[in-house]
Amino acid sequence: MFDRDRVKRKGAGRYQVKLRPNEKVLLADLVVQLREQLLASTDDPTVKRLFPPAYANDPERDAGYQVLTRDELLEARLAALDVVERSLEGGGELDDEAMTAWMGTLNSLRLVLGTRLDVDEELPNLPADDPLAPAYAVYEYLGWLLSQVVDALSADLPPPTSDARA
Amino acid sequence: MIAGPAAPLTAPAEVRDPVGDTELDPDNPWVVIVWNDPINLMSYVTFVLQKLFGYPLEVAEKLMLQVHYEGKAVVSNGTREKAELDVFRLHEHGLWATMQQD
Repeated sequence: MFDRDRVKRKGAGRYQVKLRPNEKVLLADLVVQLREQLLASTDDPTVKRLFPPAYANDPERDAGYQVLTRDELLEARLAALDVVERSLEGGGELDDEAMTAWMGTLNSLRLVLGTRLDVDEELPNLPADDPLAPAYAVYEYLGWLLSQVVDALSADLPPPTSDARA
Repeated sequence: MIAGPAAPLTAPAEVRDPVGDTELDPDNPWVVIVWNDPINLMSYVTFVLQKLFGYPLEVAEKLMLQVHYEGKAVVSNGTREKAELDVFRLHEHGLWATMQQD
């Protein structure tokens, strides 16, 4: 499965995603699942990782932050899922905005799956018949695909605007 | 998630000014912290720091490695409003970011 690149940069802000049919089926399924989870509840442990606290030591201020941002974060994630879904049905020619939506969606899927698996930085070497092996395989696949998207988008980053931090 | 953002990060004796915010006080800015997590890819974190803050690759990589090896890094600072916006943009990108007064 991991024998060649799936994401190519065709020119400034132009990308091509070429997936095999089984990968498209997998991603389409994951997108549907994540959308269902997000629409069910953003407080559910399965998707909570996508809505972190801003104020670690101040529950009152954090509640304010959550009220202010939760809907916008949710809308952005749902919109990105829609973009990925549409491009899975299309020819895989993407502009910068669509490629960015792919990046966000692949990362969201990894965050949700990785949180559910309670992954460590070192992934376990599971035997193929382990009940968790398929989920880990999907997790690794998402990371493999995401790193290609990151590489493609990195080539189009604007020149730096800040020499040092802050 | 490793590196508990819930750990007390300010001195316990410090009492917050009940009048509220000091966002206009340049001597007491807010800092935005990105915490290590075992999921986000190193290349992805580097990319996000370049994209959101306009850092050159070397700076973004240095901050990413600091997050990775030391558990956290300050990635920006400023007024409360600016810090909150930065945290929001980091959350949009799935990074575990919090803010606190320096």
